[in-house]
Amino acid sequence: MRILLLTALLLPIAAALSAKEYVPHAVIAASSLPVSGNMVMDAHLPAKLSEYGFFNGAANAPSSGLIPYSLATPLFSDYSEKQRFIYLPPGTQVLIADGFGRVTFPVGAAIVKSFGYPDAQGKLKIIETRVLLNRAEGWTALPYVWNADGSDADLRVGGLRTNVTATLPDGKTQLISYAVPNKNQCKQCHSSLGKIEPIGPLLGNMRFQTLADKQRFLGSSVDVKKVQAMPAWDDVKDATVAQRAKSYLYVNCAHCHRPTGSASNSGLFFDETAIGPTAQGIYKHPVAAGRGSGGFEFVIAPGKPEQSILLYRLESLDPGVAMPELGRASVHKEGADLLRQWIKEMPQG
Amino acid sequence: MYIMERKYTIAFAATLLAISPVHLWAKTITVLAGDDAQGRLQEALIVAEPGDVVELGIGKFILTDGLSLDVNNVTVRGQGAKETILDFTGQAGAGEGLLVTSDDVVLREFAVENSKGDGIKSKGADRIVFHKLRVEWTGGPKATNGAYGIYPVESHYILIDSVVVRGASDAGIYVGQSRNIIVRSSVAFENVAGIEIENSYDADVYDNVATGNTAGILVFDLPNLPQLGGKNVRIFENIVVNNMTPNFAPKGNIVASVPTGTGIMVMANRHVHIFDNVIGENGTTNIMIVGYPLKFDDAKYDPIPSNVAIWDNQHMRAGWAPEMSGGKELAAAMGGSMPPIFWSGAGGAPNAPMVSDDVLAINLGLTEPMSDPATAQPAPITISKTLPPGLPVIVLPTAMEIAVR
Repeated sequence: MRILLLTALLLPIAAALSAKEYVPHAVIAASSLPVSGNMVMDAHLPAKLSEYGFFNGAANAPSSGLIPYSLATPLFSDYSEKQRFIYLPPGTQVLIADGFGRVTFPVGAAIVKSFGYPDAQGKLKIIETRVLLNRAEGWTALPYVWNADGSDADLRVGGLRTNVTATLPDGKTQLISYAVPNKNQCKQCHSSLGKIEPIGPLLGNMRFQTLADKQRFLGSSVDVKKVQAMPAWDDVKDATVAQRAKSYLYVNCAHCHRPTGSASNSGLFFDETAIGPTAQGIYKHPVAAGRGSGGFEFVIAPGKPEQSILLYRLESLDPGVAMPELGRASVHKEGADLLRQWIKEMPQG
Repeated sequence: MYIMERKYTIAFAATLLAISPVHLWAKTITVLAGDDAQGRLQEALIVAEPGDVVELGIGKFILTDGLSLDVNNVTVRGQGAKETILDFTGQAGAGEGLLVTSDDVVLREFAVENSKGDGIKSKGADRIVFHKLRVEWTGGPKATNGAYGIYPVESHYILIDSVVVRGASDAGIYVGQSRNIIVRSSVAFENVAGIEIENSYDADVYDNVATGNTAGILVFDLPNLPQLGGKNVRIFENIVVNNMTPNFAPKGNIVASVPTGTGIMVMANRHVHIFDNVIGENGTTNIMIVGYPLKFDDAKYDPIPSNVAIWDNQHMRAGWAPEMSGGKELAAAMGGSMPPIFWSGAGGAPNAPMVSDDVLAINLGLTEPMSDPATAQPAPITISKTLPPGLPVIVLPTAMEIAVR
């Protein structure tokens, strides 16, 4: 009886283990590098970035299977330069869900984003590449850190801190304790009701280098004219200060500060669901800010940027105070200046 | 008979596998203090699978960033709240020491020290157990300490049992926007608020000691939050004494306006029962019931406390050093000290608390919650011996109680 019982117990265990077991995939020849749809889809965590076939032996050699894009208003990430790509499996199609341009991706799609800084010679050196994989069971977010010779990147589920020298817009350099997020931190920002989802690809905020890229991305899914374009945060020519500030807050804050995000409990929302001035921070008292309040009464005190908690936290580097909580070890001076101007010009009362 | 039994056993084993296969190879991942504690511990918290125990060794884990757990049904267990210390003194990032975002998690027998923000936060983490933990800012009360020590929010079923929290610049034990909560057998010492239940439903707070704080136990409801209408809170068999530490909360936070020397304070909550506590040596008052005192813009919010009942508490000295606005004048008018129990009068007579304690209880007569206490028209509250119907007793899922047995 014991043996029978043991067999009964072990068989499903063995089956489960073999299902989880890592199956090595053939190395793909460098030239016509196809992305491995299996690696995107398989329910495991590839140890090397090269296993996906997203890059041809270097971060600056993306596969022709990837569609490059940029964002009009990007998330501030310690002045790093970012390269963004989307992979859509052959024969699949994105859907544009609403007039805001929210993108629904087919299963098997991937979003790939590399972060780096120019080196002393001005050549961009990529530190890490983050991938979001739309698997049958939902999105998975994984961070990969490039090796010293830049030929491949290793999975680092635990994240990494590394010192980098960044050149700021004013030409000065600054030493930054750059953080590659761990797997949980990926989810903290990419979370909606506890599930992972993409943040960046809102059609209204996406920009493509070529019309061909745009067509590859959109296929036949949408009448693009219907999607409202999001103004660039630094587009002083065509957008008002308020429009630019709203764009900035949406991209930098709303992934957490929305009713389904990581900061849902704050009642402070920067997405399109915020109704009324209080929910958007205007004359809103802090709730769980602690010393993040800086001694001020309101998140946004119209006309008084110097007394607004929002600006205080945006310009702080103290981990108990700084917002966003993750991915910022330097102050985005230009972004803070925009919000300062916006709050200053806001009517009081 | 024998064969039948065997078949039954196999079938039972198969059923177990089908329901929760993880338990059969649940493992213990041991993490010891030492080099790169950050990387090793965070990695363990990521690779843990449901059913696993992450076992922490004795000693100080020197951490450089926040930690987080997002796997359901994991136990994180140290060797004791004195022996296993997660030291966040050198933390460079994240808003809290440890963040839990998964369900059915048990945290037990370790300490979190000197986190830059909150100590342990759990968000949307249902059926979470905090047991025999210590969260401490070791320099004592300072405005630069993190806000909350133990901080579950937006969760269903919370058990906080036998924890110690010291030094939080907001609340030591803070439960926000949650339901079905037990806080018991714990010590809150030298925080601004010892224990705070905020915008929550159905909580039992008992057998705790709140001492050396600015205020012992707070039951608050605040506007402009996703969950409003805090209700059904029982505060009983606690010792709430000598909460005289000057308020050190950073300004702007509601708790910064709590008067030093407050025992138990109810703000804008409904159905709060306070009974069988020992309360005393609180310089402003032992029990205070007030409305939300600030301007707000939220049509769904009710700033008036109602259905508060107070009975069988044992009172010691109170009110000799009232720190609230108009407190000294009120005290002078009432023979030198504030009474052990007062109600602001918010909402008028229909919202008057039921008081049966054998001490002086005063209605300040301020029907508008925003009125300045300095303009009070104090009058005694008539003692009533008729108890209200009991509130629901909080019963947690059995597995949560077993976890602390």
